[in-house]
Amino acid sequence: MPINYYIFLSIALFAIGIVGVLTRRNAIIIFMCIELMLNAVNLLLVAFSKMHHLKAAMTDITTKAGTDGQLFVFFIMVVAAAEVSVGLAIIVMMYRNIHSVDVNFLNRLKH
Amino acid sequence: MGVTQILFWFLSVVALFSALMMITSKNPVHSVLWLIATFFAISGHYILLNAQFLAIVNIIVYAGAIMVLFLFVIMFINFNKETEPRKNRWLKMIGAIAGGCLLLVLVAALKDSDIKNQAAQVKEGNIGLIQYLGKELFSTYVVPFEISSVLFLSAMVGAVVVGKKE
Repeated sequence: MPINYYIFLSIALFAIGIVGVLTRRNAIIIFMCIELMLNAVNLLLVAFSKMHHLKAAMTDITTKAGTDGQLFVFFIMVVAAAEVSVGLAIIVMMYRNIHSVDVNFLNRLKH
Repeated sequence: MGVTQILFWFLSVVALFSALMMITSKNPVHSVLWLIATFFAISGHYILLNAQFLAIVNIIVYAGAIMVLFLFVIMFINFNKETEPRKNRWLKMIGAIAGGCLLLVLVAALKDSDIKNQAAQVKEGNIGLIQYLGKELFSTYVVPFEISSVLFLSAMVGAVVVGKKE
């Protein structure tokens, strides 16, 4: 597949995530939009790694070029999992304090 | 138009449609379910690119663990009419326009880039298999791997400290 298609697909997914962050008020939905943006970037990293591999395989058939990109995706998933656990704990604490998950109530850095 | 092309377009349409439904659904539980559909479509893309390890990890970690955590928190919080955030039509429109501008600028900037004639390898190439990724992960990237375990430990401690009652 041409790499352009993957670039445009990832940009579209990323822009949808941006629109979600900008338009929604619910903190959980905003968090899910951030996950969507991370996944768009992951998809593009994998596509680029396969592009790099195809280019390197033309000269050397046994090359391992492109492994790094997929491992970066793996590490992004690791960091995202840690981020979600802490972020959801913060959202639960916020709900416990102000009984809402509307981000507009969080504009004073205090309750 | 071969099977690969048809699968690519089908998965792309599914991913974009589910993502759009995710940000437009009123009910947060529906949003979670649409986001799971998006993740499955992205996993299908990984399989198409022969990145089998990442496809399985994406399904297990994202669609499995993380989304179940989201669902759990949504059910724990128990949304109703009073807790539903208020809406402002103008702000929504401005947000959509801003996102559309970003989409336009990125597409216009990357439309004629140098790599536009290159292709991503689909259906073949074995760098996505766990056999090769594992060797690389435990030789070259063993230090970041160990550091990520420390990150998980601190995230676990942080979640407990933040989440517990006073």
